[in-house]
Amino acid sequence: MTSADTRTDLHTALDRGLADDLAGLRAALAADAERSGLLDVGYDIVDTPIGALLVAATGQGVVRVAFAREDHDQVLAELAATIGPRILRAPAAVAVAAGQLDEYLRGRRHGFDLPLDLRVSGFRQQVLTALRGIGYGATRSYAEIAAVTGSPRAVRAVGTACARNPLPLLIPCHRVVRADGSPGSYLGGAEVKRALLALEAA
Amino acid sequence: MSLPPFQTVVDVHGATVLRVCRALLGPVDAQDAWSETFLSALTAYPALPADANVQAWLVTIAHRKAVDALRARSRAPVPLAHLPDRPPPPVPTPDDDLWAAVAALPDRQRQAVAYHHVLGLPFREVAELTGGTVAAARRASADGIAALRRSRIRSSSTLQETP
Repeated sequence: MTSADTRTDLHTALDRGLADDLAGLRAALAADAERSGLLDVGYDIVDTPIGALLVAATGQGVVRVAFAREDHDQVLAELAATIGPRILRAPAAVAVAAGQLDEYLRGRRHGFDLPLDLRVSGFRQQVLTALRGIGYGATRSYAEIAAVTGSPRAVRAVGTACARNPLPLLIPCHRVVRADGSPGSYLGGAEVKRALLALEAA
Repeated sequence: MSLPPFQTVVDVHGATVLRVCRALLGPVDAQDAWSETFLSALTAYPALPADANVQAWLVTIAHRKAVDALRARSRAPVPLAHLPDRPPPPVPTPDDDLWAAVAALPDRQRQAVAYHHVLGLPFREVAELTGGTVAAARRASADGIAALRRSRIRSSSTLQETP
């Protein structure tokens, strides 16, 4: 038994069961932080039929839904910069929203009943408000949404506002299609947009 | 340059801080110290300079929490109230003898072993954390390892363990 053996024993002891303890501690930290109101943002990454979705919420409501192709790490870094860095994976903070999204994507839910923390203003806000008026299974063209906002010539700006929707699915930008009926672009990818429209048409 | 999400801090430093807390307090009380360290760090996080040494910052907090825990232990040798949602204490491990030996070290030696041998901090930084001189930190670390080695030899000879 040398000093080196002693140090090896110490490191072995320090690491035994460490990962299990750590998993429990991390879960407890997120739950404690959320309960104590210490979080700027709580989030979870949930598996859905259209891939992994990041769902993030502040104390006010759901603040961001992001598709995997948006790069979740990048989205979290943006939330840290714009809202605050006290961000933890806290499934309890978004459990209700994640549950409703899952039900919607399985065709068991046609609308959402969730507090939203929508941090946009001006024309973007007008567009998103107009989108919330498009019912399940219906579609509108970019021009029709422009007309609703009172700026009929702002068709491109409507496209931009849809592309920058921080709450896709919850605010249904996928229901805005091109005048010829083709889906048009979508942050989650054209395939996902087509799948959502097919789901709602079924 | 803004601060990364706090989840990144937990991902990168969580295991290291738990090892240090275990070395300072043993595997059971380490869990409370870890929770208190990270709750405290989360609260203060927005004020942390973006170029700060995050590990050093966390270890300083953990050091203070561990000193508080040891003080509380010596004042009232009863288990502290557990934080809500705390995971159950770990089951007895093959390392119980070693943990007893670590716990029996004088505080300064246990701290020096934790910061130098577990964290890998140079003695200058160990001395900054614990107070005292660099030479004293070096001595405390060497004395601590020597004491652990003696107690390991004693326990293996009494238990006839195979090395």
